[in-house]
Amino acid sequence: MLSYIIRRTLMAIPLLLGITVVSFAIMKFAPGDPTSLMMDPTISQADKAKFMERYGLNDPVYIQYFKWLGAMLQGDFGTSLIRKGVPVMEMIMNRMPNTILLMVVSTMLAVVISIPFGVISATKAYSKLDYSVTITSFLGVATPNFFLGLILIMVFAVQLNWFPTGGVSTLNEPFSIWDRIHHLFLPAFVLAAADMAGLTRYTRSSMMEVIKQDYIRTARAKGFKEQKVIYKHGLRNGLIPVITIFGLMIPSFIGGAVIVEKIFTWPGIGLLFVDSAFQRDYPVIMGLTVISAVFVVIGNLVADILYAIFDPRIEY
Amino acid sequence: MAKINLAENPSPSLELHGIKTTRDTMLQIVARKFFRNKLAVIGGIFLIVIISAALLAPVIAPYSPEKQKLLEKLSVPSREHLLGTDRFGRDIFSRLLYGARISLLVGFASVLGSITIGTFLGAIAGYVGGIVDALIMRFVDIILSIPSIFLLITLVTIFKPGVDKLILIFALLGWTTTARLVRGEFLSLRSREFVLASKTIGTKTHKIIFSHILPNAMGPIIVSATLSIGYVILAESGLSYLGLGIQPPVASWGNMLQDAQNFTILLNSWWYPLGPGLMILLTVVCFNFVGDGLRDALDPKINE
Repeated sequence: MLSYIIRRTLMAIPLLLGITVVSFAIMKFAPGDPTSLMMDPTISQADKAKFMERYGLNDPVYIQYFKWLGAMLQGDFGTSLIRKGVPVMEMIMNRMPNTILLMVVSTMLAVVISIPFGVISATKAYSKLDYSVTITSFLGVATPNFFLGLILIMVFAVQLNWFPTGGVSTLNEPFSIWDRIHHLFLPAFVLAAADMAGLTRYTRSSMMEVIKQDYIRTARAKGFKEQKVIYKHGLRNGLIPVITIFGLMIPSFIGGAVIVEKIFTWPGIGLLFVDSAFQRDYPVIMGLTVISAVFVVIGNLVADILYAIFDPRIEY
Repeated sequence: MAKINLAENPSPSLELHGIKTTRDTMLQIVARKFFRNKLAVIGGIFLIVIISAALLAPVIAPYSPEKQKLLEKLSVPSREHLLGTDRFGRDIFSRLLYGARISLLVGFASVLGSITIGTFLGAIAGYVGGIVDALIMRFVDIILSIPSIFLLITLVTIFKPGVDKLILIFALLGWTTTARLVRGEFLSLRSREFVLASKTIGTKTHKIIFSHILPNAMGPIIVSATLSIGYVILAESGLSYLGLGIQPPVASWGNMLQDAQNFTILLNSWWYPLGPGLMILLTVVCFNFVGDGLRDALDPKINE
């Protein structure tokens, strides 16, 4: 097991390096080199040469890449072009807690809602309840999150005035947990919606498989209550494949966070990314792209390792 | 019961048992299986309606999509303006029709590009194998590890948005899943007897890849293309919603939604966001239904 974990971790390293090469190449070979944006176009020839020298732009491309990579490994993503001199890392770290809060809450929401529905759907397969859960989750997958968000803002924030239309807290009011939850509810729900649908369907099919197994019949034959058979014997095994789905969902989850943060002006890294894109603040864009990919790679790594730990049938 | 095709010499015993022995073309079988799937047929009909409406937009649309009549701004749906008007007094129904043109154009054109790239690279990776395969597939892994919205937005900021640039960007980013799929098909097909036979009689490699193996892998490619169009339409409207895709005043479903996210509109003109939102939803769902239908119809392992 330990050797599997080590091997799997080592496999992630070339992937991470590849990601940095691709991000660097996009920025470097893009038409209209982004670094030229940093310079004042009216600058004199001599000043331009000095500028090129200072930022190492005269070095061969691969040297520039290694310098950039080396700095990044030490947490130095350069400085913002728009907010002159502010380190990109500092901007990202300021926004990170908001994004993590949003993601953790919406993951919990998705799990708490979809796993029970998936299990009930499987135990009462082909009933009316099962069909309505299936149809709802199908619509959930198909509805674009920006449309769902807009509709929820329209109904619950603008028309009914139950929730705020966006932001993390009420202006000029001291911090309170209740205020934060109040602001968090709609964005967390929208972000969770797409995952909920997928998770419900996946839990359902996984449980359908499990219920057919011999050990479930044995448990029933022993006279255990149906409740205990399903939730104690069944669910434990039924949830193992769901871990993999979690890993696969990470990229779309991070992508979803970008749009959700924009809809609800939730000041996390997603909103920072969209704002930086408008201002063409390339160091921030690049830093966030690399960080998001690192999240995906680590997320998949953790999912694979958890899968190996929880499923003793698999030998590594 | 699997169909038995014995066209040349219909066996009397099979005829006696009531089994049809005439030969159906592949296309007939696929069509029959597809039309049996109700959702796929409904999806297909809706798509035909949407595509015709988009093609005929200049004829159907009662107004020019960009003509402003500020005196009639945010009017309610009426006989003159079927779905009302937006903040600049532009007819929402006409804008929806022209928005369909943009979404479908971006969807079809970029998927044509991405399928071509993906099929080409996937075929080479799967057939040649070894280091070429490893290089192409590791590159695919890298692209797929970066959440697509980050790559999309990064490329959009570099290239500056516009319909042609968006098509190019979606084509350049969308080929990875097709490449994986085609590679898988080629891995299993390349060791089959007919490939060995072609090799033995000295057929050129590119001919084996593209005229002998590729036709056998067309089914999954067509399914993947259909599903990708829905995905691209969704992503394009998402970008336009963020203000990074199709730029106003050109109408797209995404930027109409962005335009509708305004307190006054959400309070008084609730029908405005519903139009573009439901069009996106409907179009994407229909492409998914048709794609699923084609998957079952093209799969010879699934019986009628």
